[in-house]
Amino acid sequence: MTDTTLPTNAAGNATRALVRKSLARRHRDEMLFRWAGILSIAAALGFVAILFGMILAKGMPSFWQSTLHVEAYFDPELIEGGPRPERQAGASEADYQKAISDWQRAVTLSNWNAIVDKAVRTAAPDFEIETRDLLKLVTSAARFQIRDLYFANPDLLGQTVPVTMLGSANTDNWLKGTIDRNQPDERQQLAVSTRQLADQLVANGAIRFDFAWHIFTNVDSRSAPASAGLAGAFMGSLYMMLIVIVLAVPIGVASAVYLEEFAPKNRWTDLIEVNINNLAAVPSIVFGLLGAAVFINYLGLPRSAPLVGGLVLTLMTLPTIIIATRSSLRAVAPSLRQAALGLGASHNQTVFHHVLPQTFPGILTATIIGVAQALGETAPLLLIGMSAFIANIPANPLDSATALPVQIYLWQGNENRNFFEARTSAAIIVLLGLMLLLNAIAIFLRTRLERRA
Amino acid sequence: MNALVVAALLLVLLTLSYQIGWSRSRKLAQGGTETRLHSRPIYHGVLVALFATLPAIVVLGLWALFSDSVAHNFILSQLPASVSQLPPVEVHAAVGRVQAIANGFGVIGQPSPEETAAAGSFASFQRLSFLAVIAAAAALGAGGLFWARRRIGLRLRARTEVEIAIRIALIACSTVAILTTIGIVLSLLADAIRFFTFISPIDFFFGTTWNPRFQSAGTGSAGAYGLLPLLWGTVMISIIAMVVAVPIGLMSAIYLSQYAHERVRNVVKPIIEILAGIPTIVYGFFALVTVGPFFAAAGDAVGLDINATSALTAGVVMGIMIIPFISSLSDDIIAQVPRAMRDGSMGLGATKSETIRKVLLPAALPGVVGAVLLAVSRAIGETMIVVLAAGNSPVLRANPAEPTSTVTVSIVNQLTGDADFTSPQSLVAFALGLTLFVMTLLLNVMALYIVRKFREQYE
Amino acid sequence: MDILAGKVKMTQQSVNTAMNPTDMLDRQIRLTARDVTVHYGAKQALHGISIDIPDRAVTSFIGPSGCGKSTFLRCINRMNDTIEGAKVGGTIKLDGEDIYDADLDVVELRARIGMVFQKPNPFPKSIYDNVAYGPKIHGLARSKTDLDEIVVSSLRKAGLFEEVKDRLNEPGTGLSGGQQQRLCIARAIAVSPEVILMDEPCSALDPIATAIIEELIDELRENYTIVIVTHSMQQAARVSQRTAFFHLGNLIEEGVTEDIFTNPVNKQTQDYIMGRIG
Ligand SMILES: Nc1ncnc2c1ncn2[C@@H]1O[C@H](COP(=O)(O)OP(=O)(O)O)[C@@H](O)[C@H]1O
Ligand SMILES: [Mg+2]
Repeated sequence: MTDTTLPTNAAGNATRALVRKSLARRHRDEMLFRWAGILSIAAALGFVAILFGMILAKGMPSFWQSTLHVEAYFDPELIEGGPRPERQAGASEADYQKAISDWQRAVTLSNWNAIVDKAVRTAAPDFEIETRDLLKLVTSAARFQIRDLYFANPDLLGQTVPVTMLGSANTDNWLKGTIDRNQPDERQQLAVSTRQLADQLVANGAIRFDFAWHIFTNVDSRSAPASAGLAGAFMGSLYMMLIVIVLAVPIGVASAVYLEEFAPKNRWTDLIEVNINNLAAVPSIVFGLLGAAVFINYLGLPRSAPLVGGLVLTLMTLPTIIIATRSSLRAVAPSLRQAALGLGASHNQTVFHHVLPQTFPGILTATIIGVAQALGETAPLLLIGMSAFIANIPANPLDSATALPVQIYLWQGNENRNFFEARTSAAIIVLLGLMLLLNAIAIFLRTRLERRA
Repeated sequence: MNALVVAALLLVLLTLSYQIGWSRSRKLAQGGTETRLHSRPIYHGVLVALFATLPAIVVLGLWALFSDSVAHNFILSQLPASVSQLPPVEVHAAVGRVQAIANGFGVIGQPSPEETAAAGSFASFQRLSFLAVIAAAAALGAGGLFWARRRIGLRLRARTEVEIAIRIALIACSTVAILTTIGIVLSLLADAIRFFTFISPIDFFFGTTWNPRFQSAGTGSAGAYGLLPLLWGTVMISIIAMVVAVPIGLMSAIYLSQYAHERVRNVVKPIIEILAGIPTIVYGFFALVTVGPFFAAAGDAVGLDINATSALTAGVVMGIMIIPFISSLSDDIIAQVPRAMRDGSMGLGATKSETIRKVLLPAALPGVVGAVLLAVSRAIGETMIVVLAAGNSPVLRANPAEPTSTVTVSIVNQLTGDADFTSPQSLVAFALGLTLFVMTLLLNVMALYIVRKFREQYE
Repeated sequence: MDILAGKVKMTQQSVNTAMNPTDMLDRQIRLTARDVTVHYGAKQALHGISIDIPDRAVTSFIGPSGCGKSTFLRCINRMNDTIEGAKVGGTIKLDGEDIYDADLDVVELRARIGMVFQKPNPFPKSIYDNVAYGPKIHGLARSKTDLDEIVVSSLRKAGLFEEVKDRLNEPGTGLSGGQQQRLCIARAIAVSPEVILMDEPCSALDPIATAIIEELIDELRENYTIVIVTHSMQQAARVSQRTAFFHLGNLIEEGVTEDIFTNPVNKQTQDYIMGRIG
C-alpha cells in the first residue's frame, strides 16, 4: 500500500502496534465490568424475588384455614339465665342496665364447652374421644363464637342450627403439615385421638379449608390464635393515617409554599432548609423518643393511643412532604409565573391560583409516599406503647390500639411459631397489599390530574 | 351533640360574615362613586369572616381545653370535703356518678342526697357555662363582624390584609419543622441529663458492660450502662450492610444508566425501587425466618459456627434494604456529571468501563461519598431489622457470626413496657437516643454539605 | 483501489472547479465516505453523504445549524455508537479499511481518529493527568519518563506548554477557555492520532483565543489530517484547504476552499455564502 510512503505513518504504525497489544486485556476488563453490573442487578432482583417468594409461599396458605361445619344445639339445660330481661316500667336506665348485665353474666358463665363438645360429636358420632382432647380440635374462641350467636339472637334457645367453628391453630398445623407428621407423638402438639379425629373430619367433609375472612374482621387473640385477626390493628393504622393526612399534608404544603415562594433568602431560611433536610434523615426511633417524652410524659396524652402515634408519624412524615412539594414547585416553569404576574396578578394570586394547582400531581405523590412510609413504620410506635396486646377495635383515636406493622412484630414473636410464621406472613401480605393499593390510587389520580392539566 | 351544634353555628357565622363583607363592598363599588374599590369583594368577605370567626374559635378552643377540669373541680366543690380526701380513682368514680345523674342517665342504686344536690347544681352550672361560652363566642363574633364591616371602604386594603393573614399562617406552618428539631433536642437532652444524675457520663460513654438490671429484679443496684458494646454492634452491622449495599447499589446504578437499554432500565429500576418501599419490619421478619437459618445451615455445611441471629444476618439484610437507596442516589449523581466528560473520554478511545472508572466515578466521587454517608446514617438508625435479627446480646465481641445488639435495639428494650421516666433503666433510652441523634446529625450534615458542593460544581 | 478511485474523482472535481488544481493533486486520500446516512430513531439526519478527505490538510464542514455537520463528523470516529437510537448506513473507509466493519475495533479506531469538542471538556483532573489520560489507557508509555515526554511534547505541539509548565499539577478546569481547548487538543494529540476531528472548537471562545487556535490548526496540518466543523465562513476560509457545504442533511458541494467561496457551482451554496440561508 501507499501508506509507507507517508512519513507520519511510521510513528503511527508504532503507536498502533502498542495500542493493539493491550486491546485484548482491555476488552476482557470491559467484559468483567459489564458482568459485575449484570450480577449486581441480578442480585438485587433476586433479593426482591426471594423476599416476595418467601412471604407469599408462607403467607398465602394462611388465608385458607381449617373450618368445622357442624350442627349446634342451644340446650336450655346448659344455658343459664333464662330469656333476656325486658325493660320494666318505671325502672331507671341504670337499673335496666344492671338487669341486663346480670343476665349476660349468667349466660356467659354457662357451660358453652359442653355445647361445643356435643356439636363436634354430631359430625363424628361413633368416634371415641375425651372431651378435653376433643376441645383442642377447635379454637378456644369457638365457645365465645357460639355464645355470641346466642347473645345476638336469644330466641335460639332450644333450637339446633348449623354453625361454623375454626379449627385450632394446632389442628391447622397438623392438617396443613406445617409440623412434620412423622415426628413422634411427644413432639406433636395434639393428642393422637385429636389428630385422628381431625383427619376423619376432613375425610367426611366436616372440616373444610374456608377462606379466612376473620383475618380481616377479628381482633388479635392470645388464647385463640387461630381466630386472631387484623381488624384492631387496621383501625389503629387507619386512625393514624387519617391524622397524618389531615395534619402533615396541609402543614407540609404550607411550609413548602412559604419556603419556596415567599421566604426571603437569608440565614434564617437557610437554617430552616438545612434543618428540614436533616430532619428527613433523623432515624425514626428518635421521633418515638420525642413522642414518649413530649406527648406522653409531658403533655400527658394516653399511651398506646393512635392520636399520639399519628402525631409522631406526622412529624416524621412532614419533611418528606415538604421536600417533595418544594421540588415540584421548583419544577413549575418560570414562564408561567411571569405570565401570571404580567397579567397583573399579585404574588399571592400567582402562587395560589396558578403555580400551586400545577403541583397537585406532585403533592399527591409526595403525600402517598409519606403516608406509605408512615403506614409501614414500627419502631417509634413501640416506644409510645402501641405494642401492648389490645383485644378491642379502637372506637376513637384516644383508645388503646396497635398498628399493622406492630401487629406483625407482635405475631412474629408469638410462641406458637409454626402457626404464626404463616399468620405473620399473611399480615405482611395485607400490609404490602395496602401499600400497593395506595400507590395504585396515586398513579390513577395522578394520570387523571395530569390529563386534566 | 354540643360539638355539632357549635360547629354548625360557626359555619353559619362564617358564611354570614363572608356574605355581609362581600355584599357591602359590592354595594360601595356600585354606589356611583368615581373611584374603584381597592380590593375585590371576595377579599372584603374573607376579611370580615376572619375577624368574625377567629375570636369565637379562640374562645371555644379554650373552653374545649379546660371544660373537663373545670367541671371536675366544680363537682368536687359541691360534694362533701371528705370526697376529695379519697384516692384519685374513687374521686373520679364519685365525680362520674354525679355527672351521670346530672345527664339523666341514672346510677346503680339510690343516689345519695348530696349526690342529687350536686348533680342538680352541676346540671345548671353546665347549662349556664355552656350558654355563657356560646354567648361570649357569639358576642365576640358579632363584635368582630360589625367592627370589620364598619371598616369596609373604597380604600380599605382588604387584599393586603388577607394576604398578611395567609402569610402568617404559612410562616406558622413552616416553624413546625423547626419546633420538631428543638423538641427532639430538648427532650433528649433533658432526659439524658436526668439519666446522668444516676450514672456518670464516663461510665456511660466508656463502659464496656451493658447490663441494665430492671429494678424489680435487682437488689437496688442500678446495673451497668456501658455504651461501647452497643456502639460496636451498631458499627459492625453498619459496616456489613455497607459492604453488601455499596458495591451492588453502585454497580446496578452504573449498569442501568450506562449500559442497559432503555426498555430494560424502565423495567428494572422500579423493581429495585420496590425494595425501598418495603417496611423494615418485613425485612426483619425475612432475616429472622429466611436469611438467618440459611446462614446457619450454610455455616454448618462448611463447618463454620454461624448463629441464625447475628450481626451478619442483620447486616446483610440491612444491606439489601439500603441497595435502592445507594443506587438511586448514585444514579442521580452520575447523571449530574456532564455528558461532555464521557464523550471526551470515549473520543480518545477509552472503553466504556475505563470511562466510567477513570472519569465518571472520580468526577462523581464526592457525591457518591455523600450518598454513602447518608446510607450509613440510615443504617445506624435502623431499628426493626436489628431488633429481630441481631440476637439481642449486648456483649463486646468481634465475631460477626455471633449475636450482638445495637443502640437502637437497646432503646426499644429500655422503653417498651411500662416506662416510668424516673429510673435510669428507662432514662438511659434518652441518653442512647441522644448519642444516636448526634451521630446521625454529624453524618447527615457532612453528607449534605458534600453533596451540595458537588452539585454546585456542575451547575 | 478505492484510494485510486477517490483520487481520480478528486482530480476530476478539481478540474471541474478549475481554480487551483495543483493544491490537492499531490495529496493522498485518507478518508472516503460513500452514501453515509444517519437516522436518529425515525428521523433521518443525513441523506447519503459521499466525500473524500485528503491527508495532512484541513477540510472544513460549513452549513446552517442543524444541517448534520456534527452528525457526519461523529460518524468518522464512530462516536454515534454512543448515542442511543442512532443508526449509520453507507461506508466510511480509513486508508481503505471499512471503519464500520464488524471486525474493526472501535477503541483502536478512536485512538487513530481523535476528537475535539465544541465546548472545552477537560476532565476534572490535573493538567498533566488530562494529557496523560490517553497514553495511559492505551499503554503507550513504557515508563514514567516516557509518559512525561509524551505529555510535554503534546503540550508543546498544542502551544500550551510555556503557559502551564509551572502548574502541571493544577486542575485542568482552572484554565481559561482558550487554554482549556488547547489542553483538549493536547489531550487528543497525546495518543498520536492520524486524523483529528474538531467540532466547532472555537465557538465557545473569545476572538483572541480563537486566533490562537486557528494558528495552531494551521501548524498541526503539517502532520495530521484535520476535519473541522465551523459555523463561521471566515474561519473556514482562513484555516481550511478544502470546504464542504452541508444543507438539510445533504452534502451540497465540496471542493477547494477558494473555489467554494469565490465561485460556487451550486445556487444554495451561493445563497449561503452571501448570507441568504440562515
Ligand atoms: N442525539 C440526537 N438525537 C436526535 N436527533 C439528533 C441528535 N443529534 C442531532 N440530532 C438531529 O440531527 C440533525 C443534525 O444535527 P447536527 O449534526 O448536530 O447539526 P449541526 O452540527 O450541523 O448543527 C438536527 O436536526 C438534530 O436535531
Ligand atoms: Mg453541531
